Amino acid sequence: MNTPRATRRALLVGSLLLLAGAAQAETSTQDAIAEYREMFGDDNPAELWQSRGEALWHTARGPKQANLTACDLGLGPGVIEGAYAQLPRWFDDTQQVQDLETRLVSCVTTLQGIPREEFLKVKFGDGEKKSELEALTAYVVAASRGKPIALPMQHPAEQAAYALGKAAFSYRAGPHDFACATCHGDAGKRIRLQELPQLTTAAGAREAYTHWPAYRISQGELRTMEWRLQDCFRQQRLPQLKFGSEVAIGLTMFLAKNAEGGTLAAPGIKR
Amino acid sequence: MSDPMRIRAAVKGEKVEVKILMSHVMETGQRKDAEGAVVPAHYITKVTASCNGRDVLSADWGPSVSKNPYLSFRFKGGAKGDKLKVTWTDTAGDSRSDEVSIG
Ligand code: HEC
Repeated sequence: MNTPRATRRALLVGSLLLLAGAAQAETSTQDAIAEYREMFGDDNPAELWQSRGEALWHTARGPKQANLTACDLGLGPGVIEGAYAQLPRWFDDTQQVQDLETRLVSCVTTLQGIPREEFLKVKFGDGEKKSELEALTAYVVAASRGKPIALPMQHPAEQAAYALGKAAFSYRAGPHDFACATCHGDAGKRIRLQELPQLTTAAGAREAYTHWPAYRISQGELRTMEWRLQDCFRQQRLPQLKFGSEVAIGLTMFLAKNAEGGTLAAPGIKR
Repeated sequence: MSDPMRIRAAVKGEKVEVKILMSHVMETGQRKDAEGAVVPAHYITKVTASCNGRDVLSADWGPSVSKNPYLSFRFKGGAKGDKLKVTWTDTAGDSRSDEVSIG
């Protein structure tokens, strides 16, 4: 496989040369995406995932033949409105800080009795192989549209998760000695033709966090925050990020906290 | 089994505005998978829409239409409460119909 090498070369070219042509191409990519969003108006292909998620939420499934309407996402059993705006958070029953995705796994395993491995077999969907996790996530997230991000942040474990995420964000590692901050710590950076959001400022973090999960035009799939993070781990050439690991939750906590006060508009539409 | 379409139809002035999201892979037949094998073509070839049984749209589609297609159009002669039915058929011979009331 020579993809990593090819990408690395592209990355070097992207970061060393600021060609006028590249800048122009970038603008037109950006314009094309803006135009694409405009054509949809209030619509978004993510709605296809939302309706699938809504159906899944209400369908009795698994060994326990239960639906998910008793799932507690932090605001009480069955309450989904506004729940995503307050995640990640500490949960007494699991004794863990959980993001939406790991919390959904908890609900599916405890309420429906579906084994974790089975539910996560297709974490991230691809065409005919549809992910239930992505559908449920889209459904729950959409119920927080218009809500400001407001994390509880009272529990020591929540504060520890934030601290871990913060440290991880600037922890340099891998063959390039990159940290998240290498790509996302300054304003006006770009890789290939993509603008890189500055995730350490409120404005940058809000712009990013409030639109995730998102429908990715380039993949024709709805992607979640856990997907976004594992893909950036890949871009950083780190070992694969474990789903729901402390680092994944910590980074999500760090990003959510930086974006606090921002109004959720997810699922969004991304490149 | 295919997922339901998301259809919205509303009277806008003299016309009815329709917006449809379809869940479909729209494989062109040009792509190769990780093993180098061609991913077989699988895309929608025909979309039709009718309002209370009267045809208002008929479209022939090909492989250049994107995954999860979005279709928006307007037509005359529809009224609130009329039934709008949309149907697609694909290269595998599958088809799907969904219906909404015009709002
Ligand atoms: C090698 C550079 C690079 C590194 C290192 C990197 N990312 Fe990214 N990141 C990107 C690129 C490129 C995009 C945009 C991708 C696109 O537009 O398709 C992105 C997008 C994102 C987004 C979504 C932003 C938006 O507005 O949609 C988040 C959140 C993010 N990265 C977080 C992280 C975190 C956390 C880390 C560290 C684990 C990290 N990234 C490391 C290159 C990087």
